[in-house]
Amino acid sequence: MASFWEYANPLKFMRTSDWLLPIVAVAALVVTATGLIWGFFFTPDDFRQGSTVKIVFLHVPAAMMAINAWVMMLVASLVWLIRRHHVSALAAKAAAPVGLVMTLIGLITGAVWGQPMWGTWWAWDPRLTSFLILFLFYLGYIALWSAIDDPDTGADLTAVLCLVGSVFAVLSRYAANFWNQGLHQGASLSVAPGTRMDWAYKAPLYTCMVGFGLIFLTLVLAGTRTEIRARRMKALVTRERMA
Amino acid sequence: MIALLMRDLRLAFRAGGGFGLGLAFFLILAVLVPLGVGPEPQILARIAPGILWVGALLACLLSLDRIFALDFEDGSLDLLATAPVPLEAAVSIKALAHWLTTGLPLVLISPVLGLLLFLPGEAYVWLIVSLALGTPALSVIGTFGAALTVGLKRGGLLLSLLVLPLYIPTLVFGAEVVSRGAMGLAVDTPLALLAGITAGAVAILPFASAHVLRINLR
Repeated sequence: MASFWEYANPLKFMRTSDWLLPIVAVAALVVTATGLIWGFFFTPDDFRQGSTVKIVFLHVPAAMMAINAWVMMLVASLVWLIRRHHVSALAAKAAAPVGLVMTLIGLITGAVWGQPMWGTWWAWDPRLTSFLILFLFYLGYIALWSAIDDPDTGADLTAVLCLVGSVFAVLSRYAANFWNQGLHQGASLSVAPGTRMDWAYKAPLYTCMVGFGLIFLTLVLAGTRTEIRARRMKALVTRERMA
Repeated sequence: MIALLMRDLRLAFRAGGGFGLGLAFFLILAVLVPLGVGPEPQILARIAPGILWVGALLACLLSLDRIFALDFEDGSLDLLATAPVPLEAAVSIKALAHWLTTGLPLVLISPVLGLLLFLPGEAYVWLIVSLALGTPALSVIGTFGAALTVGLKRGGLLLSLLVLPLYIPTLVFGAEVVSRGAMGLAVDTPLALLAGITAGAVAILPFASAHVLRINLR
């Protein structure tokens, strides 16, 4: 059985992602479309929230992926710092903009949902506040990547920033909890008994979550491939100049 | 190490060191806010804790790029990195020097600015205590940010973007101590959390700062 670490070899990674990427991309498209169409058109309206409840099928998966993308960046940064695999650093770099957009989608759909439900676009609620803070962390991380010319230095510095940032992001989450009580409902999905959501909603919601996960995977794979190609191009140009 | 501390302090105090700029900035902020929101004492008293903490935070931020920039330009940072003293210790000393020249004066001047903003009488003690406990964390976190951006040409704005999100927990708990003090509530919980953040940052972040400095110097 091939080891996972084989994909640290850019060549191996490129070869595998070459056939994997189209499959994942099509799967992402199909699953997300199924989930969204199912959620938007084939679920009943909520008896209190009416049809506005259906924004949950965008809001929850996006919010979930916003956090998961950061966790993935954290793991990839650790792998880079410990084992010095370039593909890992590039995957972290590719994941950041996706996470940023997911955070933005979470915030915007939340605002659109909050307007009819809470009567306000924005509230300084702990969850909303910590998402805004997460957005700032993504911005800082991406800005640091784009500010540094040397790729290895950039990878090292952003990886350390990701580690330190993770600690402070968690601290900020608890600080925000401490600072203000919220309007936002509790977790929509819970493994605890007496779950709050009916299966009529849960099934399409899970489908959407899988779909968003696949979208993330697609974009990260494509982004990493682009980064690897950009590196190769740079190396070729340098070699040309040397000759 | 003491020599390094004295050198940094001398550089900061003498001409061109920029000592006092942070203080002046803090003062200007405390003047601008009443001009912006109006002179009513009730409103000012209500927002004074937050304004004073945000002001201290921004004044701290303003002086961060000085921590390493000049030493990086004239090469003394390379000497420090190869010196027998571990770089972690040198970084801690630099953070301490930054705190002594920026954080400590802010703590000392804050009651005067509290007066300008009609801070309630019970809150003065907590203002001084929370700033004295919290500003070391600001200096240490800022040192990490300065170490990250030391080699960059236009690092100033990037430094703010990187450091300000890291300041959020300190700000939340620090300002909470003062507001609770102003309302006469118990301040133990936020005070303990603030002290915890400072202790954790002082203990761990110098290692991260030294690590990124080594990366930037290689």
